[in-house]
Amino acid sequence: MAEKIRLQLTVNGEPRSVEVFPMARLVDVLREELKLTGTKEGCGEGECGACTVRLDGRIVNSCLIPAIQAQGSELLTVEGLAEQEHLHPLQQAFHHHNGAQCGFCTPGMLIAAEDLLRRCPNPDEGQIREGLSGNLCRCTGYVKIVDAVKAAAEGGRA
Amino acid sequence: MRGYVPGCEVKVPVTLAEALDVLAAEPGGWRPMAGGTDLMVLFNAGRMPAGRFLDLSRIEELRGIWEDETTLRFGALTTFSEMRDCPSVHRHLPNLVKSARATGALAIQNRGTLGGNIANASPAADTPPSLLAYGAELELVSLRGRRTVAYDAFHQGYKQMDLAVDELVAGIRVPKPQGLGFHFYRKVGTRQAQAISKLCLAAYARIEGGLIAEFRVGLGSLAPAPVRARRAEAMILGKPLTALQVTAAREALMADICPIDDIRSTVHYRRVVTANVFQQMLEELAHA
Amino acid sequence: MIGIPAIRKEGRAKVLGRARYTDDKTFRCLLYGATVRSTVPRGILKAIRFGEGIPWKEFTIVTAQDIPGENRVAAIVKDQPFLVEVGGMINHAEEPVLLLAHPDRYLLEKARRAVILEVEELPAILDIQSSLDRAQIIGGNENIFKELRIEKGDPASVWARAAHIIEGAYRTGAQEHLYIEPNGMLAIVAHGDHEDQVTVCGSLQCPYYIQKALMNLFGLPADKVRIVQMETGGAFGGKEDYPSLIAGHAALLAWKSGKPVKLIYDREEDMAATTKRHPSRTRMKTAFDEAGHLLALDIDFILDAGAYATLSSVVLSRGAIHAAGVYRCSNTHIHARAVATNTPPSGAFRGFGAPQSLFALERHLDVCAAQLGLDPAELRRKNFLKIGDTMATGQVIQEKLDLAGLMDRTLQEIGYTEKRRSFAVINATDEPIKRGVGISVFMHGCGFTGSGETYLASVAGIEGLADGRVAVLAASTEIGQGKDTVFSQIASEALNIPMELVEVAQADTKVVPDSGPTVASRSTMVVGRLVEDAAYAFKQALIQQGFLEEPYTPELFREAVRRSHARFGTVKCYTQYHKPPHIEWDDQTYRGDAYPTFSWGCYAAEVAVDTVTFEVKVEDFVAIQEVGRVINPVLAAGQIEGGVAQGIGWALWESVEWKGGRMVNNQMTNYIIPTSVDLPRIRVAFLENPHPAGPGGAKGLGELPMDGPAPAVLNALQNALGNLRLDEVPMTPERLLECMEVACG
Repeated sequence: MAEKIRLQLTVNGEPRSVEVFPMARLVDVLREELKLTGTKEGCGEGECGACTVRLDGRIVNSCLIPAIQAQGSELLTVEGLAEQEHLHPLQQAFHHHNGAQCGFCTPGMLIAAEDLLRRCPNPDEGQIREGLSGNLCRCTGYVKIVDAVKAAAEGGRA
Repeated sequence: MRGYVPGCEVKVPVTLAEALDVLAAEPGGWRPMAGGTDLMVLFNAGRMPAGRFLDLSRIEELRGIWEDETTLRFGALTTFSEMRDCPSVHRHLPNLVKSARATGALAIQNRGTLGGNIANASPAADTPPSLLAYGAELELVSLRGRRTVAYDAFHQGYKQMDLAVDELVAGIRVPKPQGLGFHFYRKVGTRQAQAISKLCLAAYARIEGGLIAEFRVGLGSLAPAPVRARRAEAMILGKPLTALQVTAAREALMADICPIDDIRSTVHYRRVVTANVFQQMLEELAHA
Repeated sequence: MIGIPAIRKEGRAKVLGRARYTDDKTFRCLLYGATVRSTVPRGILKAIRFGEGIPWKEFTIVTAQDIPGENRVAAIVKDQPFLVEVGGMINHAEEPVLLLAHPDRYLLEKARRAVILEVEELPAILDIQSSLDRAQIIGGNENIFKELRIEKGDPASVWARAAHIIEGAYRTGAQEHLYIEPNGMLAIVAHGDHEDQVTVCGSLQCPYYIQKALMNLFGLPADKVRIVQMETGGAFGGKEDYPSLIAGHAALLAWKSGKPVKLIYDREEDMAATTKRHPSRTRMKTAFDEAGHLLALDIDFILDAGAYATLSSVVLSRGAIHAAGVYRCSNTHIHARAVATNTPPSGAFRGFGAPQSLFALERHLDVCAAQLGLDPAELRRKNFLKIGDTMATGQVIQEKLDLAGLMDRTLQEIGYTEKRRSFAVINATDEPIKRGVGISVFMHGCGFTGSGETYLASVAGIEGLADGRVAVLAASTEIGQGKDTVFSQIASEALNIPMELVEVAQADTKVVPDSGPTVASRSTMVVGRLVEDAAYAFKQALIQQGFLEEPYTPELFREAVRRSHARFGTVKCYTQYHKPPHIEWDDQTYRGDAYPTFSWGCYAAEVAVDTVTFEVKVEDFVAIQEVGRVINPVLAAGQIEGGVAQGIGWALWESVEWKGGRMVNNQMTNYIIPTSVDLPRIRVAFLENPHPAGPGGAKGLGELPMDGPAPAVLNALQNALGNLRLDEVPMTPERLLECMEVACG
């Protein structure tokens, strides 16, 4: 039996500290230790993107990050997008454009979209589709998601 | 989650020397781990036993891209995203940019590393064909010293490498193509993104005085490990651009590969499409 | 409120990450559950042994022996056990044998692997042909779970005089639902003096199916089994019948341990063990006159049901009824069979048999058009059903139906004529990319097949709340399709109040009546109509009791509800489904009105085929349909776009790879659904034609978009590549290569 480590993280701007096994998956640390259940697990193999979070400024699949590699990192999860009850422009746009149907891919999709708009504030449809290509959705056919990201980008410019 | 998490120990060296000490002290006792994008998939699925892992991700010496006049050198921990974002790589090694973009999707590219892609030794990895085409070399280190091996001699069979249990891949050196170059990369995957390759072909040619002065083809998913198409290359090397023997080279290529039927594709498809892609490449080369 | 793009009711919680899915809920003293499965497709379970190195005493272990009630899943036929008993038959390789629970999920997984099953293997039947050949009799009646015939006229009388007889055989593969949230259940059992109280929360479509299954499993009455739907991350039919097993398993573990148990499948287990779309094989024989009029249609339609009967009989019915499509034909025979194989049971999947039979027919028509020298659209135009025509079951088209108009709109949107002309020119060059455009025309029956709705006799209601709002009471589940929003719109329209005053009760068997399952494109049309009627009844009750007078403002309405609540306590109005008098159906002969009405669609696909790699890209897709009146255009378009994406996936990539009766590509990496870069912008439009049966004139639309894409895409491929035998989906690059080689000799 391995010893647990004290894992120190900044999650959505708040310092957090938990004891976990070094190879515990970041998605489990978030969901089970930190009770941040917004981040979802859809496959456990880095394929569906439902567990996407931002780690030190870059999006990652949290199912593929062992806790020990997140030591000292800064994380953004879906819970960190809104300012209290005030929706992030992307959340607003997903809500307004029906970008969330069953909603299970939505948290990861939002984090990937947020990352896309930071890197590329005025994406065309092709760039949006590429930026979200690591996040699988089975409900929407992606049309409303693409529209939502486009609307959020245009809103940001206005 | 099918891996036995409580049974796993992890060491996190912050210098290369520390890491090499661990490997030397208990050869084979610690499994190196970089971005984790391959390893964690296996571990999560219960296809890798619990054990002891050596997390290399904090070793700064293994990071970074350097260049001089003749060479680009990648620290083993260079991520796919770093390759995608580096202007020098775009300028000199466009195939490597394409292969980095073709690996998984962005969240994978942000974590997966070039060294990991090599040492994981998957025949389906996306960067090795490009590295083979560019004539890359690997820097291998251990407490016993540092050595350089040609990348095309590194893979020796399925998951068999010229890498001792106490050694690490520290860096990848890729010569900068000089003169008039031709670059070609084509991954045929299971879909357009977030895909594993059914086959992959990267080629580099240097053209001098209307002749093919240098020519290498790297192949993925067509043999137990990434391989060069040596027989096909031989048919093309030294020939004038205007008289490439496409049919003969295509046939020679079939002797360079030994694809298998698996859950992603078939032997037949792989052979036919590899030949087609190779021919398309030669046609583009002829017009280069 | 009907017809407006109202914002999704639960959308805010979803974008905030606050929506509570099954695995998001936890309890103190929670145990995790796991399922030990057979790994051989057929055999006799001889013994269960427990391997070394595991503290078995810490585990809750459930076998078939522990089951307090009947060890059979209560479904149409009670043939599937919850757990195989020692000495019993194993009928497929993912069959549950034993259940384990433990607080440490890591140790649990280790233990799952340490259970050893001793099995005497028997020869297995793994495909349709072997099942028909009866080398082994493994289930049903001589390997047939259901057989039916639909007979109209006499095709045999036509063959001799027909100008053209054209035959074809078509196959479709299994398809995995791949909802992004895997299946999962959470169970709590309170032990009582006389009877236990079982509560299960989970990811599910049909709470009352599960209640019925658990009543039978535990031998408990309805009020002792409570099923609560959690937020559900996609379903598509995949959470229709299999969740009865998972809920039963979780409840057995909770019952034996006395602790809450969470049983969540990981992706590999979900893909391997739960249901898929039925693989199919269809043989078509068609006769045409000189001008291309359809004279006779003889169809042999076979579904691979897998190891147990489950829903296959009704999937087969729907598939068979849709097999003759949207065409007039006086002589039609349809022979349909669902056969047993030793594979995990096939189940409901969006379209429910219709995509399989419509693929065969719509693909076959393009093959016929080529042989007849007609444009595929023109061949269809000659044969479309019109008002007054009869369908294969004898159902008379009684509503306004303009299939030619629907098709013309689609042809115009995609630029059919110009594209076919210009592509023909480019495709004749040695350009490696070949392009084509193809269409399909199809229908989807709304609601349960035949007398299904009459048997269901669904109930829905409206309740007045203390604060003056109302709640919709229905067992229909929100699974991403937008049911909560649509029901709110229907109720608010009927009550003439803003949507904010309408709440939709959680699908909890303790709270909502049995409105039937959330399947068969029935929620909006059938249950929505009950909600509408209940809302009218509720309003009338307020008026009759003197709480409300028309006209009224929302505030006056609210006040009326408050006062009625203060006076009587809870006020609920329920309505129940009654068969409309003009609809008749005979289950024995398959004659009559198979559905109260149909939705209609014409889809067009434009494809580009790379003849270097045989990869196909769908470059444009137009989906136009008539679904009665559209209640919410944004949600409706979302349903169509998502269905089309699944249809394109099924057409081109989604291949379940089997080995020894097990799915071997049961990972998201290896089962290929489309990403955002694999799909075009799907262009959707609705032609409105309000139908009297549905609320506000609405018909069903959830399944319709699954029916059209596969034939449209393959027809486009035929247009791009010439007359190949493109008779199977998924048409993967590997298969396309083979088809092209066959064509070249």
